[in-house]
Amino acid sequence: MFVSYKWLQEYVDLSGISAAELADKITKSGIEVEGVEKKSEGLKGVVIGHVLEREQHPNADKLNKCLVDIGAEEPVQIICGAPNVDKGQKVAVATVGAVLPGNFKIKKAKLRGEESHGMICSLQELGIESKIVAKEYAVGIFNFPQDAQVGEDALEALGLDDEILELSLTPNRSDALSMLGVAYEVAAILRRDVKWPTIEKEEASEKASDYISVKVEATEDNPLYMAKVVKDVKIGPSPLWMQTRLMAAGIRPHNNVVDITNFVLLEYGQPLHAFDYDRLGSKELVIRRAKDAEKITTLDEAERTLTPDHLVITNGTEPVAIAGVMGGANSEVKSDTTTVIIEAAYFKGSTVRKASKDHGLRSEASARFEKGVDPARVREAGERAAQLMAEYAGGTILEGSVEYNDMKVEPAVISITLNKINGLLGTSMSVSEVQDIFTRLQFDVAVEGENFTVTIPTRRGDITIEADLVEEAARLYGYDNIPSTLPTGTTTPGALSDYQQKRRKARRTLEGAGLFQAITYSLTSAEKAAQFALEARESIRLAMPMSEERSQLRLSIVPQLLEVVKYNNARQIDSVALYEIGSVFLKQDGEQLPEEREHVAAAITGLWESHLWQGEKKPVDFFVAKGILEALFDTLGVASQIEYRQAEVKNLHPGRTAEVLLNGVVIGFIGQVHPTVQKELDIKETYVFELSFKALAEAEVAPIAYETIPRFPSITRDIALVVDSATKAGDIQSIIVEAGGALLKEVQVFDLYEGDKMEEGKKSIAYSLKYFDPERTLTDEDITKAHDKVLAAVKDQAGAELRG
Amino acid sequence: MMQERLQELQEEALQKVSAASNLKELNDIRVAYLGKKGPITEVLRGMGKLSAEERPKMGALVNVVREAITSAIEEKQAVLEAEAVNAQLAAETIDITLPARPVNKGNHHPLTRIVEEIEDVFIGMGYTVAEGPEVESDYYNFEALNLPKSHPARDMQDSFYITDEILVRTHTSPVQARTMEKHKGQGPVKIICPGKVYRRDNDDATHSHQFMQIEGLVVDENISMSDLKGTLEVFLKKVFGQEREIRLRPSFFPFTEPSVEVDISCKICSGKGCNVCKQTGWIEVLGGGIVHPNVLEMAGFDSKKYSGFAFGIGVERIAMLKYGVDDIRHFYTNDIRFLKQFHHHEA
Ligand SMILES: [Zn+2]
Repeated sequence: MFVSYKWLQEYVDLSGISAAELADKITKSGIEVEGVEKKSEGLKGVVIGHVLEREQHPNADKLNKCLVDIGAEEPVQIICGAPNVDKGQKVAVATVGAVLPGNFKIKKAKLRGEESHGMICSLQELGIESKIVAKEYAVGIFNFPQDAQVGEDALEALGLDDEILELSLTPNRSDALSMLGVAYEVAAILRRDVKWPTIEKEEASEKASDYISVKVEATEDNPLYMAKVVKDVKIGPSPLWMQTRLMAAGIRPHNNVVDITNFVLLEYGQPLHAFDYDRLGSKELVIRRAKDAEKITTLDEAERTLTPDHLVITNGTEPVAIAGVMGGANSEVKSDTTTVIIEAAYFKGSTVRKASKDHGLRSEASARFEKGVDPARVREAGERAAQLMAEYAGGTILEGSVEYNDMKVEPAVISITLNKINGLLGTSMSVSEVQDIFTRLQFDVAVEGENFTVTIPTRRGDITIEADLVEEAARLYGYDNIPSTLPTGTTTPGALSDYQQKRRKARRTLEGAGLFQAITYSLTSAEKAAQFALEARESIRLAMPMSEERSQLRLSIVPQLLEVVKYNNARQIDSVALYEIGSVFLKQDGEQLPEEREHVAAAITGLWESHLWQGEKKPVDFFVAKGILEALFDTLGVASQIEYRQAEVKNLHPGRTAEVLLNGVVIGFIGQVHPTVQKELDIKETYVFELSFKALAEAEVAPIAYETIPRFPSITRDIALVVDSATKAGDIQSIIVEAGGALLKEVQVFDLYEGDKMEEGKKSIAYSLKYFDPERTLTDEDITKAHDKVLAAVKDQAGAELRG
Repeated sequence: MMQERLQELQEEALQKVSAASNLKELNDIRVAYLGKKGPITEVLRGMGKLSAEERPKMGALVNVVREAITSAIEEKQAVLEAEAVNAQLAAETIDITLPARPVNKGNHHPLTRIVEEIEDVFIGMGYTVAEGPEVESDYYNFEALNLPKSHPARDMQDSFYITDEILVRTHTSPVQARTMEKHKGQGPVKIICPGKVYRRDNDDATHSHQFMQIEGLVVDENISMSDLKGTLEVFLKKVFGQEREIRLRPSFFPFTEPSVEVDISCKICSGKGCNVCKQTGWIEVLGGGIVHPNVLEMAGFDSKKYSGFAFGIGVERIAMLKYGVDDIRHFYTNDIRFLKQFHHHEA
């Protein structure tokens, strides 16, 4: 809402308070003023001139040579390119030395051999937006009314010296969508009075009801409809002061009748509509829901198809307006209109919103209806418009009005105690302080002890409960005056849950291992949503995505991390190590909401170790990623519950991928991205893992129990085994551990040989076995006994031979 | 005669010891003079010929000479050993200005840093951290928060709906509603709710269709606006610095009444006005208010007995202000050069 400082003074005394001060006070008490703008700031030297002569420029078809009286001793010659300039017009002249928007300075010039002492200006050249310049002046210069005084400041005459406050209104404060509404707010802040416009008018003896009848069928949507009839109007421009006020509010002037409806809309906050009585095609107005597929051509010349969701004004046969949204072209007020019907009505907000949304038509009118207009002001606004039409369009107002009125206007009455107000605010206001606030707001208040009974004027439809009154008290008391305290009462222990603590520890472990935490989008494309999904499930699609790229909820995180790898690789960052812990979304049969499972995923590529001057450079491989995972398992206390199983996972390298099992259940994978996928994404060799973090964090973890530190020496035996190439090191290790019994405490692979010294199809794996007994020194015999079992077992179960 | 011979031997030996340049030479001297085949042993053997009176005197003298040589050798040995160690140390000296072997080290995403910092402030004040689903029912996301279906603030255009009844949450407030419900009308509730939220916005420098929020909620008897003000003061000073001031401005949210917007004094200009604060001296950081009685009642709390405050913060906004990040998209692009800047502990 744009509020003209000058105009506001007509409704509330602003003496002694500047626009900037006012803006600050309004902001502090609840309506944010986003800015104060003075359009004429930086401009100067523009006066009203009178075009005395105009003739064609001798050397240029499209230029005019004008002689203009600018109130100086002598008229000046000005060359003007505007197509509409003519003798007798009163125009805005930027004189020599004037400054126009963009710091454009006007100098004496010669145009095609003719001198020009200034410039005749269009409104756009004075900084007014094209969209609010009246259509007749959209191309060319503006004409002042003939009574404009030559030599006067044109910027002032156009109201550009006014200061405009831009109010940013929260949805509850639709009461301030009018000058009078703002006046009430300002009056409360400044402790001053609101001055209402006086409506004095004469009415003809002819009755409005002789001209028109009103029938409301959709009484729910339209509890109040009033029609006034004004005849013998002369369509023409509205007075300049009215036009400048409309423009200050961002509304384009049209003609006196339309401008008056808009003026009253701004003044009262009540949208009005004017119909051309003679074009209506009947003597009745019927307000009803539209029929299915009924059509109307609106004022913007668009044909619109209606549905029974839309409320329409009809002439008894066909729609002549979409209620509260836009009028029909068939009943438009035009230059030959002589009799006007003024519509002042209360249309239900949700009904107007539906139509305005369906037709993509949001207007000053629909915005106000949607938020709810003040029912007490509807009729008065209609009367005000009639009065202005008599005054500024030469019309004759017919007696009375034609109405349907089933509007119950009952002001809300709210009781509240001082205790409640002070309790909710933490303040210690007195009865009289609170009473004063309500009085300033012009609410009727009855005080009994510490109880207030407050009658809320209908203009403040946002105030319905105690808390709303508390807010009024708070904002006028001033939030700066509210003290700072901390909640007292029951103390509660603050802590993270076990799960949350594990998540934090997991982050620290992964970061300590060298991974950076990434946060990526949950929304992705259909293809990526499922690309590395642990389970084949249909991904969830948005009803109205903004793009296909962000249309589905992810089933896995890896594709998002690979995007990040791609982004970084494309910027010469070859070594990338990232992880993310976040949710994936799994559709569940029979459940409204999906299962949201937290996953942990990582993507690692490039060099893992790089210590160049000592000649060390180690690229990431499978075992780097596996090592990081194991550090995570260790932190979470689940290492002993984990197994790996070589597996084929879609989009991963079939030879370099494992499933990860927790207590026998697959919870994720680890592996290299399939070379084809790497190529498609244009990324280098990349290793990834993704596991259910939920499963990891919810696994049962054994408590830490201290084990005696061995006092007796351990004994190590190394063995090199020759096995088939396909035999897994991990399987042999399991056999060794199983066979080694209680004395075998540690087994480690220390060598792997698959070279040409081996028989075809064989490899050699060497293990180091550490035996000890915490209670005694082991004898050679003890060890041999255990070790022989191991050797027998590996031979038996894996066909392993001791390497000679 | 023997006496002179011994004197001679001692002098000769001491000279050689003094001249020895390494441990091997020194050992050779030891063997040569003090060994079983050495001249002193020989002198001792010749003692048999001496009279019973002279024998002890001679024996004592031999010992003196032997002692003198031994101690000279030991002294020399210590010197030579020290020299050898020094030589080794000199040979092993390295250029300590050469670069270190890097230790791989990642760090938190800046948004996580902020979230954890805020969580910790509130945990210290007795709050727990509540979490909830990102895909929500219309009921918890809107209706339970005093945003009935017809409410203008819940335009379909602003939210990512999946069906008519479910959507990706537009704020973390549904977690508040769910948590209150679990309390079955029994206070106190003291939670903060961090999490991802989604709005139907085009991504640009200041908008992101996905972002993070932290909301806080306290419901108990006698909770007031001044409690909210005091709590936010503690928290904002911790995050932005003790010298920051805060101010409350009236505002509107459907789930709180009265509602406030909260500004902190601008760090750049200390409140004098600059470009960052649009010349106002203040920067808006969050919104909050007194929980609307409808929200309390819908979650099963008696709004006559209980009151509460709630507030919500955009984590990206906090991070942008705190670290001076100028484009919200950086948080989701995950450029390594961006991520690695948030590595060290700050006071
Ligand atoms: Zn500043």
